[in-house]
Amino acid sequence: LAGGPGCNVCYGLVEDTQEKEGILPERAEEAKLKAKYPSLGQKPGGSDFLMKRLQKGVWGIISYPLSLDVLLCVDKIEGETSYFDSGDYNMAKAKMKNKQLPSAGPDKNLVTGDHIPTPQDLPQRKSSLVTSKLAGGQVE
Amino acid sequence: VVADIISTVEFNHTGELLATGDKGGRVVIFQREQEVSGEGWRVLQLSKNQVHRRGEYNVYSTFQSHEPEFDYLKSLEIEEKINKIRWLPQQNAAYFLLSTNDKTVKLWKVSERDKRPEGYNLKDEEGRLRDPATITTLRVPVLRPMDLMVEATPRRVFANAHTYHINSISVNSDYETYMSADDLRINLWNFEITNQSFNIVDIKPANMEELTEVITAAEFHPHHCNTFVYSSSKGTIRLCDMRASALCDRHTKFFEEPEDPSNRSFFSEIISSISDVKFSHSGRYIMTRDYLTVKVWDLNMENRPIETYQVHDYLRSKLCSLYENDCIFDKFECVWNGSDSVIMTGSYNNFFRMFDRNTKRDVTLEASRENSKPRAILKPRKVCVGGKRRKDEISVDSLDFSKKILHTAWHPSENIIAVAATNNLYIFQDKVN
Repeated sequence: LAGGPGCNVCYGLVEDTQEKEGILPERAEEAKLKAKYPSLGQKPGGSDFLMKRLQKGVWGIISYPLSLDVLLCVDKIEGETSYFDSGDYNMAKAKMKNKQLPSAGPDKNLVTGDHIPTPQDLPQRKSSLVTSKLAGGQVE
Repeated sequence: VVADIISTVEFNHTGELLATGDKGGRVVIFQREQEVSGEGWRVLQLSKNQVHRRGEYNVYSTFQSHEPEFDYLKSLEIEEKINKIRWLPQQNAAYFLLSTNDKTVKLWKVSERDKRPEGYNLKDEEGRLRDPATITTLRVPVLRPMDLMVEATPRRVFANAHTYHINSISVNSDYETYMSADDLRINLWNFEITNQSFNIVDIKPANMEELTEVITAAEFHPHHCNTFVYSSSKGTIRLCDMRASALCDRHTKFFEEPEDPSNRSFFSEIISSISDVKFSHSGRYIMTRDYLTVKVWDLNMENRPIETYQVHDYLRSKLCSLYENDCIFDKFECVWNGSDSVIMTGSYNNFFRMFDRNTKRDVTLEASRENSKPRAILKPRKVCVGGKRRKDEISVDSLDFSKKILHTAWHPSENIIAVAATNNLYIFQDKVN
């Protein structure tokens, strides 16, 4: 970063000391950094930062509070079965009750999977979660 | 309070007004009182309770410019922080300014009201409607003086034109258009039209994996309405001429200083990223700020800057920890004085630096309450890098990196500067007889 004639460039005492050892201060700092974080990418401070910069403010899907119906997800443990969602669970329960398949008429307990539900048939929807994390918009 | 952190400072074209934007999306405008004179760099303490004194700045208006938003489609949280404020030149009694957050630019009108109409026929003095049956005579409402009221109203909202985060806005010298720049694109707007903008620069690669640089700042030429510059994260500046084509993807001039390959390190590209670019008032030079230096370029010479000033070169041996605490990504701004003879930029520990281009002298000053009493003369500071620390010097290791001066402004014609130190605003005046 040298300048042309007549420009004010002053490196100070630090570089004098370092230059005697033949190492640029940045190189020494780079070595320190690589020692601490050996997995640090080979690309010299490039795209990773750019992508992070472009992604600023984006919430990962996991942390985005969605409002869904009861979502059942039972882990598969030996002997137990897992279910994809509440509909799946209800279906399985129905089958276990020996094929009490619902008729075309309204059956408030089993509206998923076997017949086309009408609005009256659907279980009460949970109200939307208040997105309190985002209310203030200031997440530090 | 985090919301109070000042994020931008800007004088208007006469220097009569000074606007600040903060992280909470608020704008505060200060107005200067009558002229005054003195000598030396003195401190003008800013306080709302202060008795109005001539030559000082007092709060004129304050309003909420932007609110936080959430883009549900993209799961994107949009901060209300004001990134930039730019004034329009005054054309009538009202003042106009542009303020922007990451996504939306707004045109605000700030106007005074010192009279109000009285004597309406259909409503009483409190504004309640009168029973028409009780109205038996007609009168003409008259204008009566009232206490000065300053109101700010949003006149235009320029939204939905930026996929990425807006870093700069710049009013064109034609006073009819302005540009807004985000990480990958620059748009040209007409003040009257909010539902349309022209894209004049687009550096987004077809494949994002090939992304190598982003736009960091952009500014129109002060006199030539067809010319603008934009800087990049790779330390280069491109000058574009809008007469050449509608999409200015091909630059007219390309400013880059050749790098000595033996100096290259992991940090090279990060510290070469330009955080601010400013045309001189003359329009002949541009100044750029990267992490460690300020450079002045002559528009006629693309292959290297004509001047380079070291802001805080002692940080070179601290780059590892500055990378770890993210300070290496701090975006410092830089400003010219009215005559383009002195340039100023901020540093850490609430220090800011001034470089006189003619005498080649530089000074480091500090913006802090503890070290400056109102009306006192600022004492130059010095950072000591070696082992022997003289009295009054600060050692590099005791610098406070949380106290950074990123935003400063210089009055267009006088030696008055505004310095934002986190959530405090300092206004300094060089009183010369």
